[in-house]
Amino acid sequence: MMLITRILVGGILAGMFTVAQAAGLTIEITKGSQTAVPIAIVPFAQQGSIGNVKLSDVISSDLGGSGFFKALPEDDMLTKPSEPERVNFKDWQVLGQDYMAIGQVVGNGGSYNIQFHLFNVHNGQLLMGYRLTAGANELRRAAHHISDLIYEKLTGRKGAFNTRIAYVTSVRRGNGKQFMLQVADADGYNPRTIAESPEPIMAPAWSPDGSKIAYVSFHTKRSEIWVQTLATGQRESVSSYPGINGAPAFSPDGSRLAITLSKDGSPDVYVLNLGSRSLTRLTSGLSIDTEPTWSPDGSSILFTSDQGGKPQLYLMPALGGKASRVTFQGDYNARGRFSADGRSLAMVTGSGGGYKIAVMDMASRTVNVLTEGNLDESPSFAPNGSMVLFAANRGGRSALSVVSTDGAMQQKLAFESGEVREPAWAP
Amino acid sequence: MRFNKTYLALAMTAILVTTGCSSTEEEGLADSSTQGTDASTSGYNDGSMSGSQFGSGNGSSFGSGSGANLGPEFSDPNNPLSKQVIYFEIDSSQVKQEYVPVVAAHARYLASHPNQHVILSGHADERGSSEYNIALGEQRSKSVERMMRSQGVTASQLEVVSYGEEKPVVSGHDESAWQQNRRVEVGYQ
Repeated sequence: MMLITRILVGGILAGMFTVAQAAGLTIEITKGSQTAVPIAIVPFAQQGSIGNVKLSDVISSDLGGSGFFKALPEDDMLTKPSEPERVNFKDWQVLGQDYMAIGQVVGNGGSYNIQFHLFNVHNGQLLMGYRLTAGANELRRAAHHISDLIYEKLTGRKGAFNTRIAYVTSVRRGNGKQFMLQVADADGYNPRTIAESPEPIMAPAWSPDGSKIAYVSFHTKRSEIWVQTLATGQRESVSSYPGINGAPAFSPDGSRLAITLSKDGSPDVYVLNLGSRSLTRLTSGLSIDTEPTWSPDGSSILFTSDQGGKPQLYLMPALGGKASRVTFQGDYNARGRFSADGRSLAMVTGSGGGYKIAVMDMASRTVNVLTEGNLDESPSFAPNGSMVLFAANRGGRSALSVVSTDGAMQQKLAFESGEVREPAWAP
Repeated sequence: MRFNKTYLALAMTAILVTTGCSSTEEEGLADSSTQGTDASTSGYNDGSMSGSQFGSGNGSSFGSGSGANLGPEFSDPNNPLSKQVIYFEIDSSQVKQEYVPVVAAHARYLASHPNQHVILSGHADERGSSEYNIALGEQRSKSVERMMRSQGVTASQLEVVSYGEEKPVVSGHDESAWQQNRRVEVGYQ
């Protein structure tokens, strides 16, 4: 009974909100990996009304974009079987494939029954067979789910295809601009605007459970930090001190926000307890201290500071104490974000040639520059640590890009109109 | 992750309820732990995600040069008061020598018009990280504020706000655009 109620509520709510189509979105692989594993996702056989989502394309794009796989283009396939007994593995061996997947999707009056099989091409072994059901408008989600299953089966790591991202877009409107905070699937599809304003919106940050987003809005002509619950749209202002209210970051337990305030002089890092609204000041002095983020265990806070003259990253105990400098290469290292396991740190690194995304291995402190742009910003890790999402400006157009943490693979999510910035990958 | 899977989970649960058999049916060597995660995902539905629209301000009009009735000296190109934008070097919040007379002229005017308010809005070019640029923009506007305060302008006449790189006046991506975007605007209210 309980279950049935929940399903009905879900169905009704889903019906009320139409899913925006990402009509203006193109996904382009800008740098491919040489060592990727070849895999063929055969177009799924279709029965009934399916709409315009092609599952095999979504899965191929997910797996190809991960850097671990190279998806065989459909045009190169010699046969397109959809049932296990019809697969001739020699057809796939001659194409140099290691793995292949086949499937079927049956449209069933608003819902879809999907099944798929994954094979090792070399020995014909069935690695995985699944049947699943997706509701209306959920075919892309189902495809991402299949991508996750295949990815985890073959790499041993959890996939991150069925995740979401938040980002800020802006479009010209009259003499000014309209800023929109949007949440979309990790591949940029199904964008939804969760807040908009003619004044800037900045710095979206996810709560650890993915239910809320903290962000900065200037809609009162001053900066203010808001926390908005995604399910209800309900939002509240949590920080509106004089001066800067910026750079919110949820603590791993979700109870506090690390923020930047300048009410006491220069920009400093504070911790705001969301329950009691009490503030703890963590940094002081004349320097710029900003862009705080928590280590995944909650014990430390990393932030950007120019206390040494140029912006560099520093780490300090979350309860206060002495900060120690973390970055030493280059004269600009800012906006650090940890991977979920805390082993890697993504940052914006600047030197003569511009601003690029780099990842530091925390154990060895070695830094690997991942990107080649000159205006790359706002890195954030995929929940599984395999990719870094960032905002890039290439040829005067801003776009979101994803790069694998080894730098081998880069994929661009381009939006047709307006600017898109400040992406944040949901936990 | 949890969020996105849930809809599928809900749909799967529906089959479970109506037909009494699992829809996530393993046929081969499927990893059972993967299967388990789906069935156990708790109900959460992004179909219910709601948006919010912030209005376009609350009546009071801010922004440089708008909203105030200013004398002819502000439009005389030979008068330093006609200059209401102060430009900065890269990564610097120091008021350059050439703008010292401009700031001083505005300070003199404000000191002699104690009911006049200005907003000093600080801006940065697009390079580097957004929140660091917010800090940089504020330091620029606070430099101007300090100079004005030292010349007799009262604190209540001045308001400082930083927009960082969010409001460029020139949208290009080269040094000439960046130069024009590293600025403090003196906005009479």
